Amino acid sequence: MRALVWHGANDIRCDTVPDPEIEHPRDAIVKVTTCAICGSDLHLHDHVMPGMEKGDIVGHEFMGEVVEVGSDAKSALKVGERVVVPFTIWCGECDQCKRGNYSVCERSNRNKALADKMFGHTTAGLFGYTHLTGGYAGGQAEYVRVPMADRTHIKIPSGLTDEQVLFLGDIFPTGWQAVAQCDIQPTDSVAIWGCGPVGQMTIRSAILLGAKQVIAIDRVPERLAMARAGGAITIDFEEESVVERLNELTGGKGPEKCIDAVGMEAHATATVDSMMDRAKQALMLESDRAHVLREMIYVCRPAGTLSIPGVYGGLIDKMPFGMAMNKGLTWRMGQTHVNRWTDDLLNRIQEGQIDPSFVITHTVPLDQGPEMYKTFRDKRDGCIKVVLKP
Amino acid sequence: MAYYDRSSTGDTLARGLGWFSIGLGVAELMAGRTIARWMGMEDRTTLIRAYGVREITAGVGLLALGDPKPWIWSRIAGDAVDMATLAAGMAPGSKVNPRAGNARIAFGAVVAATALDVVCAQALHREEAYYRSLPVPDYSDRSGFPRPVSAMRGAASDAPIRDDMRTPIILQFQGAADAGFPSPRGERGIPP
Ligand SMILES: NC(=O)c1ccc[n+]([C@@H]2O[C@H](COP(=O)([O-])OP(=O)(O)OC[C@H]3O[C@@H](n4cnc5c(N)ncnc54)[C@H](O)[C@@H]3O)[C@@H](O)[C@H]2O)c1
Ligand SMILES: [Zn+2]
Ligand SMILES: [Zn+2]
Repeated sequence: MRALVWHGANDIRCDTVPDPEIEHPRDAIVKVTTCAICGSDLHLHDHVMPGMEKGDIVGHEFMGEVVEVGSDAKSALKVGERVVVPFTIWCGECDQCKRGNYSVCERSNRNKALADKMFGHTTAGLFGYTHLTGGYAGGQAEYVRVPMADRTHIKIPSGLTDEQVLFLGDIFPTGWQAVAQCDIQPTDSVAIWGCGPVGQMTIRSAILLGAKQVIAIDRVPERLAMARAGGAITIDFEEESVVERLNELTGGKGPEKCIDAVGMEAHATATVDSMMDRAKQALMLESDRAHVLREMIYVCRPAGTLSIPGVYGGLIDKMPFGMAMNKGLTWRMGQTHVNRWTDDLLNRIQEGQIDPSFVITHTVPLDQGPEMYKTFRDKRDGCIKVVLKP
Repeated sequence: MAYYDRSSTGDTLARGLGWFSIGLGVAELMAGRTIARWMGMEDRTTLIRAYGVREITAGVGLLALGDPKPWIWSRIAGDAVDMATLAAGMAPGSKVNPRAGNARIAFGAVVAATALDVVCAQALHREEAYYRSLPVPDYSDRSGFPRPVSAMRGAASDAPIRDDMRTPIILQFQGAADAGFPSPRGERGIPP
């Protein structure tokens, strides 16, 4: 089959690889009908995220048709069923899964020993996302093996297009959880850094969950325009001071809720900390660029909440932790517990409360994936979200 | 927004020049005296060290900041200053420099580096012009909602969100007036 394969930094190729097979009775094989490139994939593409090996198949936002089911998954899944696959693999039986903390499932990471060493304790297995989280083959491919498939799926009723439901596997619940864990009050101002696909979903979620004021920050004009379409007031961080504008918009008090939808590749701004980050990351003295985090800590209203869906990989420098501690900030973060939200979100899509396909700007065949990684990363051609058709 | 393309030829060259700047800068800073002596310009040691700092700044700027153009221009300006300094060292002025030959070699190297800088700057500006010429797509109608935003605000406030996602009541900002603090007797206040 054809699949997008990681070969090194800036080197993802569409290769022919062996078809996946059932390896465990709980597995299923899904024939991918639609998949997407996620901002998290860019961290792999740019190789700022450690733990990839040459030959790994990437992709973790995908859906398709079940074509084969292992004996232990048969009660939950049938050949021919249409499913979106959540990017977090979960067992449904461990203590964490029983609490709904699927992204930290204790049993789905087959490289648990490695993860235990690196993270102290393992987190869940993820598709196409480094050997730290299981090294499972990803979904930017014609076929995928889905482990623990009796749990790791979202069944899709007929009458909805792939494009409407695809993002249930990742960015829609990610934006939703980012806001949910802020516990929005009707009096809250929510500031969202990053108007990429995750930021866009976060903006819509904050509106639906009733925030008084949603403020979105980015520098890419068409992304800011899409943010405004979704109800956000926007700040272009290259043109204006983020801190000044946020204070202005919140009567000098700062936003109660701050959300980082940017992550470890925060764009450098003309500030000393950004320059140091870029230089240090280039020299491998730190792995993540934390400009957005620092800005959030600085501007957040004391006793407010920071929510961090943006992905970080390792070490960050010059964290103004004293500021965070003294301001009594609450931190909420993590990979998304996808299946915790998807029943509700699928309902909302079916009822027409939201159509997440608004974010798609590019649809291309799978073999054009490698170029689209670059178009997406460099924000060329008005690119916001890329959908691939295997 | 400043336009640049992290995988373009211009940008790759800019990054290369960034590393070159850092290397040269470190050498000038650490071995300023040796370099000065080699060119027969001992009296310029401090100046050469200062140039080292300038090079390092430009190098970090090229690697650190998104848009390399201002830093490439700062390099070109620096090149001019270098050439002026070296020209003075080579000039058969009052005292003849026995090492003028070495200074001439250095001058040649600076000329070569300048040429690269200029090529790089041109490539970067060409790329920017190209990106600016592309139409910006209009996404102002992509709300994702079936009705105007004002009608959607709070439409999902009934969403099933479990307590582990909730903020403890005392950390909520809403209704500060009736949160029960400070408690009338100055004791542990328990909000209603
Ligand atoms: N927690 C999860 O489960 C989860 C799931 C999906 C994605 N993510 C993460 O969310 C993040 C965003 O994903 P995406 O798909 O939207 O990617 P993206 O790269 O398209 O979006 C990032 C956006 O942030 C903007 N940005 C960069 N620096 C900024 C700054 N200093 N201030 C404000 N904005 C800035 C960029 O211009 C870009 O538009 C990534 O880190 C991704 O890994 C997390
Ligand atoms: Zn993702
Ligand atoms: Zn589990």
